[in-house]
Amino acid sequence: MTTPATTPATTAAPSYRPRVSSARVFVALLNRDLRVARRELPYFLIRTTMQPLLFVVVFGYLLPRMGFTGEEFKTALLPGILAVSLMFASSQSVTLPMVQEFGWTKEIEDRLLAPIPLPLVAVEKIVNAMIQGLIAAIVVLPLARLVMGPIPGFTFTHVGALVVVVLLSATAASAFGLFLGVAISPQQIGFLFSLILTPMIFFGCAYYPWSGLAVVPWLQYLVLINPLVYVSEGMRAALTPTAPHMPLPAVVAGLLVLTVLFTALAINRFMKRALG
Amino acid sequence: MSLAIETHALRKVYPPAGGAQRFQPSVGPGNHGSAAFAQSGPTVALDSLDLEVRTGEFFCLIGPNGAGKTTTIGILTTRVRPTSGSACVAGADVVRDSVTVRQRIGVVPQRPNPDRSLDAWENLVYHAGYFGIPRREADRRAAELLERLEIADRARLKVDQLSGGQQQRLMIARALIHDPAVLFLDEPTVGLDPQARNALWAILRELHAGGRTIVMTTHYMAEAEELSERIAMIDRGRLIALGTPAELLAQTPDNSLETFFVTRTGHGSHL
Repeated sequence: MTTPATTPATTAAPSYRPRVSSARVFVALLNRDLRVARRELPYFLIRTTMQPLLFVVVFGYLLPRMGFTGEEFKTALLPGILAVSLMFASSQSVTLPMVQEFGWTKEIEDRLLAPIPLPLVAVEKIVNAMIQGLIAAIVVLPLARLVMGPIPGFTFTHVGALVVVVLLSATAASAFGLFLGVAISPQQIGFLFSLILTPMIFFGCAYYPWSGLAVVPWLQYLVLINPLVYVSEGMRAALTPTAPHMPLPAVVAGLLVLTVLFTALAINRFMKRALG
Repeated sequence: MSLAIETHALRKVYPPAGGAQRFQPSVGPGNHGSAAFAQSGPTVALDSLDLEVRTGEFFCLIGPNGAGKTTTIGILTTRVRPTSGSACVAGADVVRDSVTVRQRIGVVPQRPNPDRSLDAWENLVYHAGYFGIPRREADRRAAELLERLEIADRARLKVDQLSGGQQQRLMIARALIHDPAVLFLDEPTVGLDPQARNALWAILRELHAGGRTIVMTTHYMAEAEELSERIAMIDRGRLIALGTPAELLAQTPDNSLETFFVTRTGHGSHL
């Protein structure tokens, strides 16, 4: 049975509302991510700080008291612990949501329909991840310092270097996290931890200085592809400058190169996924 | 007469997938309505499609599975990039000015894809925020839409706690909250019970009566016949028939759109 459809009253050219500025849409997208982050803050903090804090307790508190490690190990450990927190809080806060949202649920779609150039949707994810990484680092630093007690050579006097290193590290880690999030499928999540993140931590110079790897020269150069190396060494340059560390310009250059590389790769992949 | 949508020689070819096999809808004779694993090779999803949809029109795209309906909607909603040809939606080009197109359209997807990190209410107000609607106004519109779609009592539930039909209504509310000029619905009644389907039809009629352009895909003949002013029938990526329901029915011996569909495509349809 056919029911005649109602004829619309007008066929005149419609007048459309003016376009919303991309900056406004960007802020709205960020608001959404921060809303979700606020709601999940306790879980987020547990997820991102548990592993570094356990390391602090065992390697920065128990082992020195047992006499297995000296005080100088704490000097190497604290910046590394901070680097791991920053790196993985940033990358995980974008990788896992992206894998899920681009996966079976396709729930990223409502943001892909927002009136903003699609690469900016990807950039917003990086900015959100940076914020979360910074929060994790701010939480871990005092806790680690508290548990480990006095740390030889630790200083807060290189504030400028610290700000530069932290911001660049968070950016590089977030871009890396976005790249992982759009490059892997939900079925590959297991590999993410066992084949990518765990080796990154162990070969990220978080628990020993990069210069120490001179004992295995080929490994010392191989690990330079690992973003965590620059984050750890940058933290050392800023927080424990008297201890061995990579020169700050090398750290900055490494982080800049990796940020550009991973941002480009991530946006390229993001666009391919977004546009079917 | 102004046009809400205009496509010219629209073509979409999906490249071969990496690996030995890729999953693709079957388009071979006798295989409509099913899907098959095919050896890798380019898939022509849309082949030189010319369409015009008038402003304020209720337009239905029908065709068997794999005919190119979803690809057409994907291109018109800027989510799929055409291989060649052009498409203009709400006065803007879908490739060159996709941001403007997105500002002016609402999309109800084939499968509900709400933001699962948010509750139903937040799904609406944050989506409104993406379109520059101030929070107070977004709250007002969300309340109105949830009421109208009869899911106001579900507003503060996580979307996973909503039934399939309720999620679909939420998708309709989301598509409408920024008051789009053109509304796209991709098989919106699949999986809905008759009651929910009737409720959706009533909403669509009301929106259409208000002057909104509606483009809907379906493979339910009765739905297309019931709702649309004009129907385009697509098969194997090509437009094979276009007209009002009455015009199409006049071409069949038994006044049945189902018969028309079967005759033109050589395959059965869902009723």
